[in-house]
Amino acid sequence: MAQLEIKNLHVCIGENEIIKGLDLVVGQGEIHALMGPNGSGKSTLAYALMGHPSYQVTAGDILFDGESLLEMAPDERSHLGMFLAFQYPVAIPGVTVANFLRTAINGHRQAKNPDDKGMPIPEFRKVLKEKMDLLQMDHGFAGRYLNDGFSGGEKKRAEILQMATLEPRIAILDETDSGLDIDALRTVAEGVNALQGPDLGVLVITHYQRLLNYIKPDYVHVMFSGMIVESGGPELALQLEEQGYDWIREKHGEANAVSAATGDS
Amino acid sequence: MIPGIEKGQGEPEFVRAYRARAWDAFARMKLPATTEEAWRRTDIRKLDAGRFAPAAPDEAHPDPPIWLLEPLAGDKHGGQITITPNGVEAFLDNELAEKGVVFTDLKTAIRKHPETLEKVLGQLVNAEEDKLSALAGAFAEQGVLLYVPKGVVVETPLHSVLWGPGVGNAYFSHLLVWMEEGSSATYVHEYASPTENGQVLHSGIVEVHVGEAANLRFVELQSWGENVWNFTHERARVDRAGELDWIFGAVGSHLTKNFSEIDLVGEGATGRMSGFYFTDGVQHFDHDTQQNHNAPHTTSDLLFKGALEDQSRSVWQGMIYVAPGAQKTDGYQANRNLVLSREARADSIPGLEILADDVRCTHGATVGKVDPEEVFYLRSRGIPEGEAERLIVEGFFDPIMQRIPFDKVRQRLEQGIVDKLS
Ligand SMILES: Nc1ncnc2c1ncn2[C@@H]1O[C@H](COP(=O)(O)OP(=O)(O)O)[C@@H](O)[C@H]1O
Ligand SMILES: [Mg+2]
Repeated sequence: MAQLEIKNLHVCIGENEIIKGLDLVVGQGEIHALMGPNGSGKSTLAYALMGHPSYQVTAGDILFDGESLLEMAPDERSHLGMFLAFQYPVAIPGVTVANFLRTAINGHRQAKNPDDKGMPIPEFRKVLKEKMDLLQMDHGFAGRYLNDGFSGGEKKRAEILQMATLEPRIAILDETDSGLDIDALRTVAEGVNALQGPDLGVLVITHYQRLLNYIKPDYVHVMFSGMIVESGGPELALQLEEQGYDWIREKHGEANAVSAATGDS
Repeated sequence: MIPGIEKGQGEPEFVRAYRARAWDAFARMKLPATTEEAWRRTDIRKLDAGRFAPAAPDEAHPDPPIWLLEPLAGDKHGGQITITPNGVEAFLDNELAEKGVVFTDLKTAIRKHPETLEKVLGQLVNAEEDKLSALAGAFAEQGVLLYVPKGVVVETPLHSVLWGPGVGNAYFSHLLVWMEEGSSATYVHEYASPTENGQVLHSGIVEVHVGEAANLRFVELQSWGENVWNFTHERARVDRAGELDWIFGAVGSHLTKNFSEIDLVGEGATGRMSGFYFTDGVQHFDHDTQQNHNAPHTTSDLLFKGALEDQSRSVWQGMIYVAPGAQKTDGYQANRNLVLSREARADSIPGLEILADDVRCTHGATVGKVDPEEVFYLRSRGIPEGEAERLIVEGFFDPIMQRIPFDKVRQRLEQGIVDKLS
């Protein structure tokens, strides 16, 4: 079974170690929630998994189907089936959603077969329409410049549209719920659920329980100060909802104190 | 410097006088130096000025490639002129000729249409601007005259090509356009040559008159080989309610220094200038633009966008001038540069000189780099690095492409992007 396996991962940004020995396994067909207060390193983990060049893995490993991703470029990780829905998607002015998605699809096809001539345009149009309908998006969206002037909700929906189009095997959703009103949240969650199945493993990063009412996790993990400090079932998310993160801080504050002493934030 | 040319032999008196004045200026002047403000960032001391001879017929000259002669602004041409050192081929749709349209090469124009030529020759560009324009004025052999009579609408686009091969050759060109009142046309001119091993010189003059309520779409493509030293002095004048849509696309030459001016001289005149440039290797492009609002209620809108690779360099220097009394004018000017390598450099210098009080003038100039976060975002979707850069560069140029109403011109520029990035 294809899976994402994170082993004793340490990640630095410049001089600062942000992820400090993290272990996690996400199997296909599973939904994992990763929760934790702001600044605990959730986005750093997401970027490191996707291969952002500013995030250095200093120890440990990331395995996909048993194969290490560490030496792979972000596009190669994408070709294998990794996907990250960004907390803050970047605008690409002058590049339409459609042009971008077609280039991405063709990137995947050519990675499999270097002689591939790309998806024919009529077929691409059909695929794109289907996926936009799934996410209840206006077809005019395809002609807009990627994330350029998009509202918060539109950006998140565009992320899920990309996920739907690229059909990854491991998807990391980084705070896909933040900034969404309840209706938008529901549409996005329905979109994710529609893609959910035995072939897809999902890591949902959030610091609210709210999204988890719609996307039901099999496992919940709590991240604090660069490590996973608690793991459990859905009931853990409910506990966090009721009690907040203070008890985590109290229980695991030691790690915090250590990082404060070494000058980490 | 240019041996063996007799000035203006067998030409009408006004042409001879024009050439003689230019020749005197040429003899009197020194080559522009970086001590002059307009040339401060463009050093031409490596131009081997003593080595050139006017291009002469030679069987060894390669023919222009087929793609260069294909229509760019539509499916077919209303007229086409191909100028090479081996001769000129020209055709004009009969129907247009019957309506009085003139579209012919300069030598034929001097012989057959002197009275039309006299309207425009030397009326807009002063050949005595500098030594290079003087050279063009004195010697221009390669040129085009386009004349569109009053009220005539030329539906099919006109196309001319100056093909300039041959190391050591000098090309002097002169484009002359006269649009009478209420006329309309689309005209595409391209300068091109193969890249060869040794210097070629081109100096050109472009003079354009857009009469009252006339309308001209004028596309100039600069696809010189990367051994060409290219100098042009261009000025267009737009009369009352006239419209000029002027598009520049530059990918070629070793060095280009281009002066382009637009004079809005009648109320309601509109001039739009759109520039695309992409430099690589050791190319150096210097575009000097000027938008002159000489009458009230005139509108100008300039957007130049350029990308730079390798050790190349670009300079854009722009000026909006609003004359006293030219109230209610609207002038816009923007230059955007995308620097793709550490060693490339873009200079962008906007300028305003406003002598009227009720005007709206805005300008902007930027020099930026590709944002690595954008590249990461695209790569995270499975787009390889090179493709990601290409998408970002294409996106950068999109606002210019949006201003070009001709699919095939856009495709040519897009091909330019792909070639430069590969
Ligand atoms: N680009 C960066 N440069 C330096 N420090 C960073 C950068 N990104 C994040 N950090 C630091 O890393 C820590 C974790 O941040 P982040 O991963 O964004 O947390 P979360 O997503 O859990 O809110 C924070 O202390 C933050 O200040
Ligand atoms: Mg975050």
